[in-house]
Amino acid sequence: MEFAGILAYLVSLAIMAGIYAVFCLGLNIQWGYTGLFNIGIAGFFCIGAYTSAMITSPMPTGTYAHYVHQLFGLNLPFVFGLIGAASICGIVAFFIGFATLRLGDDYLAIATLGIAETFRLIFNNEQWLANGPRGLMGLPQPLAGLVDPKNYNYIYLVIVIVILILIYLLIEQAIRSPWGRVLRSIREDEISAAMSGKNVLRFKIQALVFGAMIMGVGGALYAHYTKAISPDVFTPLYGTFIIWVMLMAGGSGNNKGAILGAFLIWGMWIGTKFMTDLLPYTLKARAPYIRFLLIGILLEFILIYRPQGILGEEKKVSKLIE
Amino acid sequence: MLEIKELNKSFGGLKAISNCSLNVEKGSITGLIGPNGAGKTTLFNLITGFYKPEKGTIRFNGDRIDGLPPHRIFSNKIYRTFQITREFSQMTVLENLMLMPGEQYGEKIWNTWFRPAKVRHQEKGIMEKALEVLDFVELLDLKDEYAGSLSGGQKKLLELARSMMANPEIVLLDEPGAGVNPTLMKKLMGNIRRLRDEKNLTFLLIEHDMDLVMNLCNPVIVMSEGTKLTQGTPEEVKKDKRVLEAYLGGQYR
Repeated sequence: MEFAGILAYLVSLAIMAGIYAVFCLGLNIQWGYTGLFNIGIAGFFCIGAYTSAMITSPMPTGTYAHYVHQLFGLNLPFVFGLIGAASICGIVAFFIGFATLRLGDDYLAIATLGIAETFRLIFNNEQWLANGPRGLMGLPQPLAGLVDPKNYNYIYLVIVIVILILIYLLIEQAIRSPWGRVLRSIREDEISAAMSGKNVLRFKIQALVFGAMIMGVGGALYAHYTKAISPDVFTPLYGTFIIWVMLMAGGSGNNKGAILGAFLIWGMWIGTKFMTDLLPYTLKARAPYIRFLLIGILLEFILIYRPQGILGEEKKVSKLIE
Repeated sequence: MLEIKELNKSFGGLKAISNCSLNVEKGSITGLIGPNGAGKTTLFNLITGFYKPEKGTIRFNGDRIDGLPPHRIFSNKIYRTFQITREFSQMTVLENLMLMPGEQYGEKIWNTWFRPAKVRHQEKGIMEKALEVLDFVELLDLKDEYAGSLSGGQKKLLELARSMMANPEIVLLDEPGAGVNPTLMKKLMGNIRRLRDEKNLTFLLIEHDMDLVMNLCNPVIVMSEGTKLTQGTPEEVKKDKRVLEAYLGGQYR
């Protein structure tokens, strides 16, 4: 009994880590390979989650309709939710990219942070859109009828891992090809890349859009795992900052590192929760802040002592033909 | 082949280029010399699309190219190197070269997923060419090193190698000899001459090393105060009093 409990806990931990790994892979395209300083991951997280939620859930009827408002409810299968989340995030990223990618690094960071917060606040304040601060609940889960609900997480873990592997393979193929080589050249020296005949803006938009689409999938996976979403999930801290720490820890510019970082940091994040549970009663109220502090200190250590992360970028990346 | 007519460009109150007109003949190694601040690098930046001229035209093989963005200038087969080399330092030497060819299939992301065989086939060709070029500039042993870890002189060779990968018709070299030791310099000069003779490449190069200019270039164009002062064979330019004055600041008398 004890063992089964631990196993179930580990499964739920692995699901969340797997979802975060999806975000890390998306960020790795943008930051790790192209050098785009996107600190608005939470925005794509938010849009992906809400889009998939509304595509897969039915429009509320009867008494519910008085309490739950949402822009649309299509009641389509899970796969359409994923595709929809990726598409909408891609379209949004295209417009954001068109408007902001002419900006230098630091300005892009400020712009993306602001845009992400804007999305969250819109969802928070507009009742008609997705039920405002109360959010959407009772979201459908794929293949839910197959097993006893208490064992459902095993199925969801498999779904998350399959999608994670699929995304990993897609990215690896593109990055090891000339496409990825151009992105890396832009990261290294934008002007020199332009002089080498590359349309820098076009490639930057592609990287932003592709990364954002993956983040949209991550958002959808999150929504159907927790079955309930509300705007307070998509804060910069949970939606952006922790993903950056994961990528930095695992090794930006390395997709295996991005996944490793997600599992490692999520494990630590949960671990610090157990640690703060041991704190004396008087300090318990401050526990969440102590956890943030610990993660922040960890990031400092990584940046000082191992800036390339645990794995770091491989020396030869364009190795399509070896 | 490259015709510049009455070009003007100023930065605030400073007229960096004023009414500058000059021609570069096909198959020549044209030297561009002049005192510091004469506008040589600014001229390069205008030709390659980093700046837009305020007035005047730049024609390449008869077509106007002024005002085009840098990547379009590149597709017109004009390539430049920089005074301070701009290699992609966290990429290997080989990758630096393989980046160069334009219009690669694999640069379209969907081709990497849906037409991998075609991408791989082209990639193989590009790699063979890159290895050949590396052999030519004698950097083959360093192909898997980070470009950032090369010495200053080796980086200059790498720039030359990259220009060969780009398949240009004209290469603009901004001080190819700066910071290069005499042995490597001889090699660099030999390579430039060979490329001109074997591949009929045209070179326009800025250089302060007079040995290099006088040995390698013909004609030599002298710039001063943003415009062409004179043009001629190395001997003619050497004898020209105005050139000496420009260098020694005689024009301010």
